[in-house]
Amino acid sequence: MYEGPVQDLIEELGRLPGVGPKSAQRLAFHLLAVDRADAERLARAIVQLKERVRFCARCFNVSEHEECRVCRDPRRDPSVLCVVEEPRDVQAIEKTGEFRGRYHVLGGAISPIDGVGPDQLHIRQLVARLGEEDIGEVVLATNPNIEGEATASYLGRLLKAMDVRVSRIASGLPVGGDLEYADEVTLGRAFSGRREL
Amino acid sequence: MALYRDQGIVLRTYKLGETDRIVHLLTQGRGKVRAVAKGVRRPGSRFGGRLEPFSHVDLQFYEGRNLDIVNQAELITPFATVRSDWALSACGSTMVEGADRVAQEDERSNRLFLLLLDGLRTLAAAPQFPAVVLDAYLLRLVSLAGYHPYFDACSSCGAPGAHGVFSIAAGGALCRRCAPPGASVLDPASRALLMALLGADWAVLGATAVEPRTRRAAGALVHSFLTYHLGKPLRAWDLVPR
Ligand SMILES: [Zn+2]
Ligand SMILES: [Zn+2]
Repeated sequence: MYEGPVQDLIEELGRLPGVGPKSAQRLAFHLLAVDRADAERLARAIVQLKERVRFCARCFNVSEHEECRVCRDPRRDPSVLCVVEEPRDVQAIEKTGEFRGRYHVLGGAISPIDGVGPDQLHIRQLVARLGEEDIGEVVLATNPNIEGEATASYLGRLLKAMDVRVSRIASGLPVGGDLEYADEVTLGRAFSGRREL
Repeated sequence: MALYRDQGIVLRTYKLGETDRIVHLLTQGRGKVRAVAKGVRRPGSRFGGRLEPFSHVDLQFYEGRNLDIVNQAELITPFATVRSDWALSACGSTMVEGADRVAQEDERSNRLFLLLLDGLRTLAAAPQFPAVVLDAYLLRLVSLAGYHPYFDACSSCGAPGAHGVFSIAAGGALCRRCAPPGASVLDPASRALLMALLGADWAVLGATAVEPRTRRAAGALVHSFLTYHLGKPLRAWDLVPR
């Protein structure tokens, strides 16, 4: 145990995801050693983040305005909506340059074991958008893990009743990898998601 | 470091650091095992999708000081259907949460292991009423934990018969003489369903045609019984579509 400000900082850093007590201690002593200007720049960046960044009123992506850059862009196709778990998933898909529609960020995934159900996500708002906007296709791009699959299956059922095409992103083999090293689960998914050439 | 091998079912996982996960497993030989799967979140990891919840795997571990380390994982049954359907996934999540609650580290329980395996196998066949399969699993789980409910004799005086009162605290049905005032009434249809949940073949359970009202009442009673005897409700239970 350290005293005063050092211990306070260790505790705050220790609450960050992926930072254990040892790393928190190392980071705190690193910050103690750096120039005052460097430390202030970091502190200011954190404060600015909380002051300036908010969530898009339409899609819940991070945004500096009422609506995010994607929602405001008139060149984006408003008839296709891609549903993702987190804002960082929007960034990942944007980097591919493959998708020209808009997004809807759920703010997480359904996880019964953690007590996270559909009501805690932006699903009600998704349904409302389908009623208000002219959307013809919804692409479900949740993670290919247990929470993401449960969420996709839940949404698939929910949206079946609505007049919209629903698709799920394919999952399969990593590009550049060897088939013989793939695990059975991934290879099985690659087979069930095969397409005609 | 000592190596050991066992088969197990993945109960749940937690993210650790940048690319690892802590995996809770119910093994056949050592009860609950908590182990680290290194690099499992990286695409192209040698474990791939084998260590997702519900997977039945053959494992090799290194014994660690604090947590063991998964060295190899071979898939026995993925139970992928349970993960890919929302209702099945919610039922499966409640099953593994219950097993995680009851299982102890370094305490072998082959019966608990086989109960979970039977439950997941029955769910994987996509039954008509997955929640009934879950209720059967939960009632058998509480029984295995030492709180076996009796429906064909009075839980207090032992008098045989189809008694019409159920007491969660007493641990089963009660005759008219032993029943305290205000105890909940057990109608014949619910009693028959509860007895089936406890003893019927797995294959029959998911297709048993019962009034939805009776099904929901029996499900609620099973969960109250579990909550009373195991101390806390299961979080995933609330999200099971019924
Ligand atoms: Zn937006
Ligand atoms: Zn009695």
